[in-house]
Amino acid sequence: MIDTFKIAGKTFTSRLIIGTGKYRSYAEMKAAHTASGTEMVTVAVNRVPLDHQSESFLDFLAPEMQILPNTAGCYDAEHAIRTARLAREALETDWIKLEVIGDKVTLLPDNEQTLEAARILVREGFIVLPYFSDDLIMAKKLLDIGCPAVMPLAAPIGSGMGVQNPSNLRIMREQLPEATIIVDAGVGVPSDAAIAMELGADAILMNTAIAEAQDAAQMATAMKLAVQAGRLAYLSGRMPKRLYASASSPMEGVIK
Amino acid sequence: MKVFINGETKDIPEEINLIKLLAHLSLPQQRIAVELNESVVRRKDWDTTKINAADNIEIIHFVGGG
Repeated sequence: MIDTFKIAGKTFTSRLIIGTGKYRSYAEMKAAHTASGTEMVTVAVNRVPLDHQSESFLDFLAPEMQILPNTAGCYDAEHAIRTARLAREALETDWIKLEVIGDKVTLLPDNEQTLEAARILVREGFIVLPYFSDDLIMAKKLLDIGCPAVMPLAAPIGSGMGVQNPSNLRIMREQLPEATIIVDAGVGVPSDAAIAMELGADAILMNTAIAEAQDAAQMATAMKLAVQAGRLAYLSGRMPKRLYASASSPMEGVIK
Repeated sequence: MKVFINGETKDIPEEINLIKLLAHLSLPQQRIAVELNESVVRRKDWDTTKINAADNIEIIHFVGGG
């Protein structure tokens, strides 16, 4: 079965999008990317160091990889917009992971500023993939203004806590059946990724869960399999939950 | 003259354009972008964009991130 999904007309076979941060080496990052089967990776925009030459980090990304620059570290719409414009100029890409943070401790998104920035960036022709709280109404607003996909969090960035509000993701899936929903942030282990996919996410974006594993490449393989398993389970349709038992073997005809 | 580059005060030659400034700073010219006083300067305009005293310049590249 060929099970692909599209964002802004581009087809992806892998439903796992991964980050490029926190790896112990670029070689380890590259091995993890290969093992994950990912076709899209996120990168961060940062000031060039003026006091030393830096290695060209982008050289360690496979040339066919879709690069998704982010606006990490931005705390208001204005900074996120400036960062997106710089990323577009440097990489000649309209793709942007919009991230406007509201608080340094939790790194939870500022949904109001995110919406404001998304509106302007969409108008400027960006393909805006916004990170936001797992809220249906916010998802609707982001889709209405022209975001081709929405990226609700599962848990705070880098927390590894897994899906904290499965009902929110389930409601979002049921109420927005046509939307592309990418669960971004909070996955810790493959079962978390599988749960998000079972709930109907179209894809998962993760970084720390792979980068901070003792064996990043092996964890990347595990995540790939979990995403595939969760996707297949979602398409298969789960059994209903029951409060009481339902025997699998016939109750009639048992010897007395 | 003094300008602000990536938050640092720098003393740079007078009458310099953006492309010469990048060379002066020994920076690569690929996969970077430049903002002058909070507006992106398109790559094609680098050689005609003059830097003035007290300009605020941001030069970015890419690093690992999620």
